[in-house]
Amino acid sequence: MSLLNLNDLYKTVILEHAQAPHHYGLQPDLPATTLNNPTCGDVLTVQLVVTANQITTLQFSSTGCTISQASASVMTDVLLGKSVSEAQALIAAFSKLVMGTPIAKHDRDQLGDAAVLGSVAQFPTRIRCATLAWHAAAQALTEVTTDDQ
Amino acid sequence: MTRTDYRRTFPILTTKVNGEPLIYLDNAATTQKPQAVIEAISHYYAYDNANVHRGVYTLAARATNQYEAVRDQVAAFIQAPRRDTVFFTRSTTESLNWVAQTYGEQTIQAGDEIVVTALEHHSNLVPWQQLALRKRAQLKVIQLRPNGELDLAAAAEQITAKTKIVAVAQTSNVLGVTTPIRELAQLAHQRGAVIVVDGAQTVAHQPVNVQELDVDFYAFSGHKLYGPTGVGVLYGKLALLQQLTPVQFGGEMISNVTFERTEFAPIPQRFEAGTPDISGVIGLGAALKTIQQLGWPAIQRQENQLTAQLLNGLLNLPGVTVYGPESVAKHGPVVAFNVNGVHPHDIATGLDLAGIEVRAGHHCAQPLMQTLGVAATVRASVAFYNTTAEIDRFLVVLREVKEFFQQ
Ligand SMILES: Cc1ncc(COP(=O)(O)O)c(C=O)c1O
Repeated sequence: MSLLNLNDLYKTVILEHAQAPHHYGLQPDLPATTLNNPTCGDVLTVQLVVTANQITTLQFSSTGCTISQASASVMTDVLLGKSVSEAQALIAAFSKLVMGTPIAKHDRDQLGDAAVLGSVAQFPTRIRCATLAWHAAAQALTEVTTDDQ
Repeated sequence: MTRTDYRRTFPILTTKVNGEPLIYLDNAATTQKPQAVIEAISHYYAYDNANVHRGVYTLAARATNQYEAVRDQVAAFIQAPRRDTVFFTRSTTESLNWVAQTYGEQTIQAGDEIVVTALEHHSNLVPWQQLALRKRAQLKVIQLRPNGELDLAAAAEQITAKTKIVAVAQTSNVLGVTTPIRELAQLAHQRGAVIVVDGAQTVAHQPVNVQELDVDFYAFSGHKLYGPTGVGVLYGKLALLQQLTPVQFGGEMISNVTFERTEFAPIPQRFEAGTPDISGVIGLGAALKTIQQLGWPAIQRQENQLTAQLLNGLLNLPGVTVYGPESVAKHGPVVAFNVNGVHPHDIATGLDLAGIEVRAGHHCAQPLMQTLGVAATVRASVAFYNTTAEIDRFLVVLREVKEFFQQ
């Protein structure tokens, strides 16, 4: 029965993250970066703080599908505590992963739960759902790092 | 041939998607194409290809005759009074933009009003909004009743002596409601405005008579009518078309050119600059012939039955919200809905894995989504070739997908 294929995309980890996303919610006093997905109208906002070259705060809020919510949630787990350059490298690795490009074992290990989203590569119409939060974080990173100078 | 025989002439409907027989329920986005349309296009390229309105040779005359014969078909299809009041564009979008850039540009002045409705597709909203911004005119919106129907009393309030253009869709691509075009045309004309109608979601599902509706402009796309993409139609009242200056210049649309000045060709050639989509127009002709052969009674009987089954099936599913009227009598073959707590994308992916293709998103109607208070919806839309068995299967799989996400 084809519906079992739903498990290929919606693995338990993904469903759990989407149902109870980590680091969800925004603070009114922090700068925010908002991106939207023009094909579906979904909107996602991240707040990211870098202290001494390390990501010390990363949180989000969004209206979006299971994939975009789960991806944002795992992203906050993966990137919190990383240095700016580590985070940038992981964002690039995640992009490759969901496009179906093989990535180094070291990067895969670092991606943790996020590596599960590699299955999105088989669902090309959903890749943008998975990358939205990561693009927002990448943009927030350039914003905070240029602000510092 | 029966309706079932016609269904068999759509090659794609015999294929599989994700290992399951295709159930195509995104007909509001575009319809599938029958063999007759596919063959008309390939036959033209294989045996009749020449540019139109140019050559004196036999092949050129053959291409021109075929192209012009479709103009007659289109005029008859929407009951236009004369063949030269319809011309070919690229799409509904291009037709509507054309009206905004010619009639709108030449008529609207600062302080004038342009009136649209809350259910418009972006292509019948943004051209008017941009025109209003350019001209410092006011864009006004007729709001809907809670069930999505257009409120004529609200329309009568919004359309005033300052209104120059009323732009409205005859059928909503989200809510499935049909707007009272004749009454709106009357209101517009009483106040001295013209009415521009977006018929994109209408022409495949019910006969249209532009004279009886008394509309000033009427736009639609061939691809939502079993024809190819790349061909649209615009009808305009003769007196209006004759007073309009073209916005595109080049071959085909002239009658005499010197270095100093140009005499334009009479309508409709005046508005068809350059080589048109000849094969597309010929394909549209084949599509119109299919509709004519099958006939409106057969098409409407089937679509009404499927819409009833779809609408009632969804209304009876607990945890599902249906947008638009709950009465089948008020419903075109489009039903928008949401499964509470599950994002439309996830529903659409679940259905897709079972070979069922539906749309999820804002359906190019973001202001309407705001009115409904949602970011997006799922949308299922039927055509005459869909079957009751397909709708049954859709409802079964939808229930399974819903349970998967709500487990
Ligand atoms: C109501 C309505 N108007 C306009 C359009 C635009 O049609 P097209 O993309 O063919 O120009 C569509 C279809 O997308 C529609 O549903």
